[in-house]
Order: sequence, then C-alpha cells, then structure tokens
Amino acid sequence: MRSVFARVFLTLSLVLMLAPARAADVDLKSALSGFLADSFPSTQKAIEAVVQSGSSQAPAIIEALQDERLYFARDAQLVAYKTKGGELREAATGGPVATTPQDLKQVRLNNRLRGIVNAAVGALTLMSSNPERRREAANAVFKSRDASTLPTLDSAIAKETDPATRTALEQARASVILAKSDSSDAQKIDAIGVLRARGDQDALAMLSAVAAGPETLEKSAAQAAAAAIETRLALWRNLQNVWYGLSLGSVLLLAAIGLAITFGVMGIINMAHGEMVMLGAYTTFVVQEYCRTSAPGLFNYSLFIAIPLAFLVTGAVGVVIERSIIRFLYGRPLETLLATFGVSLLLQQAVRTIFGANNREVGAPSFMSGAFHLGGLEITYGRMWIIVFALVVFAALQLLLRFTSFGLRMRAVTQNRRMASSMGIDTNRIDALAFGLGSGIAGMAGVALSQIDNVSPNLGQSYIIDSFMVVVFGGVGNLWGTFLGAALLGVANKFLEPFAGAVLGKIALLVFIILFIQKRPRGLFALKGRAVEA
Amino acid sequence: MALSAFGARAADDTIKVGILHSLSGTMAISETTLKDVMLMLIEEQNKKGGLLGKKLEAVVVDPASNWPLFAEKARELIAKDKVAATFGCWTSVSRKSVLPVFKELNNILFYPVQYEGEECERNVFYTGAAPNQQAIPAVDYLMSADGGSVKRWVLAGTDYVYPRTTNKILEAYLKAKGVAQEDIMINYTPFGHSDWQTIVADIKKFGSAGKKTAVVSTINGDANVPFYKELGNQGIKATDIPVCAFSVGEEELAGLDTKPLVGHLAAWNYFESIDTPENKAFIEKWHAFTKNPKRTTNDPMEAHYIGFNMWVKAVEKAKTTDPDKVIDAMVGIKQANLTGGVAEMLPDHHLTKPVYIGEIKSDGQFDVVWKTEKLVPGDAWSKYLPGSKDLVGDWKDKKCGNWNTVTNKCGA
Repeated sequence: MRSVFARVFLTLSLVLMLAPARAADVDLKSALSGFLADSFPSTQKAIEAVVQSGSSQAPAIIEALQDERLYFARDAQLVAYKTKGGELREAATGGPVATTPQDLKQVRLNNRLRGIVNAAVGALTLMSSNPERRREAANAVFKSRDASTLPTLDSAIAKETDPATRTALEQARASVILAKSDSSDAQKIDAIGVLRARGDQDALAMLSAVAAGPETLEKSAAQAAAAAIETRLALWRNLQNVWYGLSLGSVLLLAAIGLAITFGVMGIINMAHGEMVMLGAYTTFVVQEYCRTSAPGLFNYSLFIAIPLAFLVTGAVGVVIERSIIRFLYGRPLETLLATFGVSLLLQQAVRTIFGANNREVGAPSFMSGAFHLGGLEITYGRMWIIVFALVVFAALQLLLRFTSFGLRMRAVTQNRRMASSMGIDTNRIDALAFGLGSGIAGMAGVALSQIDNVSPNLGQSYIIDSFMVVVFGGVGNLWGTFLGAALLGVANKFLEPFAGAVLGKIALLVFIILFIQKRPRGLFALKGRAVEA
Repeated sequence: MALSAFGARAADDTIKVGILHSLSGTMAISETTLKDVMLMLIEEQNKKGGLLGKKLEAVVVDPASNWPLFAEKARELIAKDKVAATFGCWTSVSRKSVLPVFKELNNILFYPVQYEGEECERNVFYTGAAPNQQAIPAVDYLMSADGGSVKRWVLAGTDYVYPRTTNKILEAYLKAKGVAQEDIMINYTPFGHSDWQTIVADIKKFGSAGKKTAVVSTINGDANVPFYKELGNQGIKATDIPVCAFSVGEEELAGLDTKPLVGHLAAWNYFESIDTPENKAFIEKWHAFTKNPKRTTNDPMEAHYIGFNMWVKAVEKAKTTDPDKVIDAMVGIKQANLTGGVAEMLPDHHLTKPVYIGEIKSDGQFDVVWKTEKLVPGDAWSKYLPGSKDLVGDWKDKKCGNWNTVTNKCGA
C-alpha cells in the first residue's frame, strides 16, 4: 500500500517541481488505456500512469475519478469524464465528446483504490488557491502519511497565511514524519508534540501505534502524549454521553408528550398513541413525495410544511377516534385499552395496505445532515434540531395550557368534570379537542422521528412502551414530570449502554423503573389535591 | 365463466404448493417479496404446462411475523390443504418453530435465507447460504490486501440466534487465524434498535487503536437504516472503517440515501447488478410480473428461484409428489443459478453457491469487487466450532443429519 503511495507521490512531486509538458500527451493516452480493462489492478496502474504523465489534464481526471465521474467505452477506445455540470469531455484532451458511445460505463473503484485516489487528489491540491481545498488536501495527506509529499508540504506551509489551514498542514506534516522511518528523533518528538496538540482519536491512533512499537527515544514521548490525549478524550466522552442522553431524552419526550395529555391528563390508556406518531411520519413522507415530484425547490422546507399538516391529520384522526370509540368507554380503562389496541392494529394494517409493507424513504433536508465539532464533542445536526424541536413543542404546550381559554377549560374539565360542566363548559367538546391535541402532538413527533427512524407501519410500536414508561416515571398528570423523566431516562440509558450493552442497559432501566414505582407509585412528581382522587 | 371453470376442476387436478411468508408484522418488509416471487415462478411453470400434466396451485397463508403461528399455519397447509411442498420462513426462529410440524407430517420445506447453520433436517432444503458460504469468505476478503488487510474486528449483531451463532463461528475462526482477543469487539442490540449514537462512537474509538478496523455486521431488519444513517452522520467512511453486512441487500437500501455509504460492503451469493443473461431475463420477468420497473431483486429471491426449479426437476424425476420420493430425488439435482453458475443439491441438503462481495454504490445497487473462484459447497455443521467440527450431514448414503466422522455413528 505504502509503496504505491510512494510511487504516486514521488513522480507527482517531481511533476509539480519540474512541470514538464513534453511528451505528456503520448504518455497520457497510453496511461488512460488502462481504464478500459475494467479490472482493479489495471485501474490502479492507470491512476499511477496518469499522475506520472504530468499532463495538465491529470488533476481533472483524478478528481473525476474521486467523484465517480470518470467513464470509459471499450469499443470506441474512449475515456471521458463528466464535468460537474454533466458535460462529457474527452479525458485525453479535455475537449467535448461529439457522440456519446452506447457502451459508456463508469470506471469502478474499490475501497483500496478509493484510498489511493483520495491521497492523489490530496497531494494534487495541496497548493490549491482555495483554502478549503488546501485543508481537505492536508487531511487527505494526514491519512495517507506518504513521505514523498514532504517537500510539497514544506513549501505549502511556508506559503500558508490562513492559520487554521496552516495548523492542518503542520499536522499532516507531523503525521508524515512520524510514519517515515528515516526521520531524526528530534523531528519525531516535535511531530509527537504537534499530534498531542491535535488531541483527537486519529492522533491517538497514530501515537498509540508508536507507543506500542519498538523501544526508541520517542516511544516514551508518544506514551506520555497518548496518555494525555486519552485523559482528555475520556472527559469529553462523558460530556458526549450526556449529549447522547439528552438527544435520546428529546426523542422520548417527543414520543411521550402527546401521551402525557391523553393518558397523563385525561387518564385514557391510549394504545394507538404510537400509530399517531406513525401517521405523522407518513404525512412527512407524503409531503416529501409531493415536493420531489411537483416542487423540488421546496424539498428543504418539506419538514416545515409537514409539521402543521401532521398535526392536523393526526389531530383529526384523534378526534374521530375519541368521538366514535373512546367517549363511550370513559371510566372503563380495561375496555379502553383493548379498544385502542384494536384501533392501533387497524391503523397499522391500513397504512400497510395503502403504502406497502416496505420502509419509505424520508430524506433529510440539508440543514439536518452532517455534524460539527464543539471542542471534543461531535454533534450531529439532525439530533441537535430534534432537541430544539422537542423543547419548542414542550414550551408551546405549556403556554397553551396556561394562557389560553382552551387550556383553562381543559384543566378545569380534568380537575373536576362536574364542576366544570356546571360552569357551562361543554365537556364533550373539550374531551374531543384535548384528545385531538394529544394525537396532533404525537403526529408532530412523527415528523421528527421520521428523520432518525424507519418510516414503516411498525414505527409506532417501538415507541409506545417507552412513552408509557416516561409518563408513568415522570408522574401521571404532570408535564414537567414527563419532561424531567424523559431527560433522566435518556441520560441514564446512555451512561449504562457502554458498560452493559444496549440490551442489558434497557433491561436494567426497566428494572429500575419497576422498583422506583414500587416506592413512589405516583412517579417523580405526584399530583396532590382533589384531582388525584377524581 | 373463468370462475366456474376454476371451481369445477377437481382438487386432484392441481398440485398445491404452500407459501409460508409473513405478509404483516415486522417481517413483512422482507417476506412479502418472497411470496410475490413464488407466485411468479408458479405462474411461469403453469404457462410451461404445469407439472406431471397438472396445474400448480399456490396456497398463500399469512403467519403474521408471529413465530408460534408459523407452526399452526404450516400444519394447516400440510394437513388441510395437502400441499406437496412448502416454500417459506425467514427468521431462524420461525424455521425452528415449524420444524417439528414438517417432521411429524413428513413434508418438505424450502428455506431461502442465509442462516447460522448447525442444523440439517431431512425435511428441509436450505437454499440460502450456510456460514461458510457467506461469513467466512467475507472475513477472508477483509483480511486480504484488497479488502484492506484488516487487523481489528467489530462483530455487531442483533440479539438473536442467527447473529449470536454466526459471531461465535467468526470469533473461533478469527482466533484460529491469530487475531488476539483484545482485537475483537462484540456488540449486540435489540431488534429495531434506533439510537446508534453511542455504539457508532464506540466503534470509532475501537477503530482508532492504530490498526485497520472493519465491522462485520449481522444487524437484521430495519435497525440497519438508522445504523447506516448514524455512520454517515458521524462521518465514518468506508475507506476508514468498512462495514461488511450479511443481512443488508438491495431491498434494505431502498429506504436509504446511499451516498454517504458508498464503499461499505455486503456479502451475498447473488446481487441484482450481476450482469448475466439469466439474471437480466429474471429481472425483466419480475418487473413485468409486479408491474413495477423499480422493484429490486435480492439474494433470497434467487434462492427460491433455484429451490423451486430444483423441486420441479425432482418431482419430474420421481414422477410423483410423494415427499419421501421427492426428498430422495432432490440430492444431486442441478439447476443453473442466476449468476452464471450451476447450483447442486448436496447430501446435507445445502447448495453449492458462489460468494460475492459487493460495495454499495451511490445508486443503491452493489458493485461486485470480489468473488470466489469456484462454487462453495454449503456446510451444515461449522468446522470451526468444537461441538460440530466432526459432524457432517448426509441424507444420501448415511441417512443421517448429524453423522459423526470420528465415532462413525449417527448423532452427536
């Protein structure tokens, strides 16, 4: 592997320094013919030969290969790449291809070749005029660790003005020096210092390789540096676990918050709650499907369209269920449980019949893809926005219950139905609306969950147990209890998982909740007063 | 008219074929496709004039992803509908649940899914891969220079019998190859696990010990989708830590944005992207039958294709559908597979199969990067487990599913 890199870079740096244009065209033509064989060894030779040819076309060809834009046609003996705009150009000359051959096929890569290509692109772009490209190139060299890039790296570092890019280049240089067998001890110890300052998993990997190696002067330095990084990372890992826990907690909160209304406040054991979440997720799917076919520009906003729609759809379904089934069963929890369980099966099979049993793809809009670093924390955008969304929904619900007349009526009905009725509140209407509200919130949760889980007819089933767990643990009838319960359970789960594994961790948590409920049957925050007995 | 003609035909005029796949519940996602492919194969056989001069008739039942119900439905198919053979099951639990029924009522089951091995029943034909036809070659590939010369292994699986047995075999195999205990990490998650943040972070950490690391995934069902999403989110690329999966096919990738997953691997005996005339014809028929030009094909579908055609040949050879005679006729039957080879039914009721390693492409298909030179015969009993290394299955001469080659006796 290393020797391959070495050959590629040796010639490459020569090319960069001497930049000869002579005879390149002939070389390039014969180099490109290697791509026609459609076998990995000959593709590898072709990559090396293209770089060696020193042609001005080489960067465009290698970059096209990296982005899977390089094609070949055996009959026409043609190798061509597509520009980012999709225009087909002949690789040998860079000129446009007149007629697209019938048997045009993409040049295939495997992981090993992809590594070689990445490294080649990295070395080719170290001197790029765009600082972002230079940074990417530095990272590629950091990984490929090839000695022949050293002269280029040195001149790049000397020219660099952007501090962040400079650091990246220096780190790449340190990584190369550490891997090079003939670097001096002083150079290696300097390099260890640079990597220690970088202090992430990759640096740790390189340092621990040295620390585990033969007895040398730099071994002890590497050991000390690795230990220092390890302590630092351990600290960040705990913080990372808190973050994961909060993220899981936000998912639990979203799934449970609707139930906190229907079960917690109204006292209905609603087994179809999970299906409301599922319907919300399918609403998102339908909205995205519409965006894809009719309005591609709206795709990035599809979630914002889906949120109110999901609320309305599931809210309406909730009202229908309440009016047609549940209202006849108030005060009979066992029958309610059975009836809503039946409804949940009905809804699942209905969705299966309409949309099919297979998972549906719900895409992530661009603002929800990827991750960023905050110190040693790695925060994925998707999870972050879900936490924000959970908090917003929770706050909105609190405000609704506290400061609107509907909230006031709802609280009145749940606290003392007969009194509220005597005061002229239409309790039937409030029941239906409250159930619709709980269902609607579950639907909005479905929009968020569609981003992290499978959109399938079974989506709801996996959340129903967790939702009940959170509501009961937090204290029935108390929204703040649900909030804290979700956060606590999420964090506890994530701290248990590394030690106990996902399966045992979950069991341990369930056992804990059973014991906890024995001690405090009303959960974390027990409601006090007359409402409890009603 | 058509209806009355159909009703008028006496029951003896048709040969019934049972289809035992879940059409509802968690497994419906995978199994519905297999029901459809069976209907297509039966329709096609009828167009060719049926079997032994009779038409084939499919009897479809829905065991609803409920393992005990599988046994009940199997009994119904054999005792009430009098099927000649049954094609069905996906999970190993469901297969284990129907086994006693097929033994008691002496009927035939064709099981089309890759599984953990360590089983060899007279009434079952295993048309999917045994571990030595999928897991072991995949590990060999990852150890090779082309696979990245992997030195450190994460065995991640769903918590049930197939992943646990497969990982046990793999662990024994890796250790036999000189991999140290601390270079193997084993992780199990429940069915439908959706929060992969911690586990993916753990894998990342495990992979930063300075040795090339790969994940061998026996994660099953929908849990794969959030797993791959999290890999993409945390930026684990196939060039850093490749993931080689045994239960992820074209169907599973259909619900996923595959761009961040390019280069991750899967090991199967069939890929939709393999370019042979047989496969092309099969895919065309499938699209025509389902009236959906986007429906994907996958490995268990090919297993049913091979199994069904073998059964047809065995019935023609035995000139009867009597299970005892067909079971005897099955061993040695050859049937061309869809990737250019010929599958043979072995005395241990497993097939010879090619093994392919595919890399995920950005369009959700697989690009074959490696394949075995020859077809690999399936081993019912693993050579790497102490309890089963001396056992062979031989229903031809020895009439025994677990013949001990050391003691020369039937039975472990």
